[in-house]
Amino acid sequence: MTFYLATFYVLGAIAVLSALLVITRRNPVHSAIFLIVTLLSVAGLYLQLQAEFLAAVQIILYIGGVMVLFLFVILLVNLEVTVRQEPFNRMWWIAGVAALVLLGELAVTYYLGRQAFAIPVTPAAALQPNTELIGRTLYQTYMLPFEIASVLLLVAMVGAVLMARRR
Amino acid sequence: MVPTTHYLFLSAALLTIGVIGVLTRRNLIVVLMSIELILNAVNINLIAFARQLASVEGHVFAIFVITVAAAEAAVGLGILIAFFRNRETVNTDEIDLLKW
Repeated sequence: MTFYLATFYVLGAIAVLSALLVITRRNPVHSAIFLIVTLLSVAGLYLQLQAEFLAAVQIILYIGGVMVLFLFVILLVNLEVTVRQEPFNRMWWIAGVAALVLLGELAVTYYLGRQAFAIPVTPAAALQPNTELIGRTLYQTYMLPFEIASVLLLVAMVGAVLMARRR
Repeated sequence: MVPTTHYLFLSAALLTIGVIGVLTRRNLIVVLMSIELILNAVNINLIAFARQLASVEGHVFAIFVITVAAAEAAVGLGILIAFFRNRETVNTDEIDLLKW
């Protein structure tokens, strides 16, 4: 029991701290590396939530795919001027107040709805075997959304190539 | 067993950090990274509820969220490269071609 809670707090603290570093570092390369740390600790939380398949997808697709894409773009774009400039815009304090109001709203909602969120947690074996269950649900119940997602990826790929092309 | 509320509060914190990043940073690359943070916060919620309700549908929707995040990153970075080629900047407050 306490081991689970300790793991949650350690991983959550790493995730939140490195997320804060993502948005405060001047150099986008440092931001990208701290974002990788956040994504890794969130993958650990997925493992704790019995989502083994998603933890693997998180590491392969997010860290191996999307973050490498980010790092390549940082490489292509000349950021020497940007790194020396002010990292935050002039309206940062309004944005900060708005975001804190959002956090307060969410906290109040969760606090008021804590009865609804406290339904007894189901036994551990319910989501196993994880990959098989996800595969069945994805290819039987959610076949059409799955195909639409593949078309979306194709369109995004064509769009990205078209926009990044030198004309 | 960690209560679902713990995960909800963690996800709310990550979402707020992402929103602050989107609204305050001037560098477009960091703005796109903050959007990834927001989408990850959403995924934590989906998977926490999937565990609580013992339903694998939350995992399926998290996969769709990851798909959309990948598409968004690819298109966003393509736009960024195209823009940098024209204007030699990635600052959000200098991207004002549609303003006058």
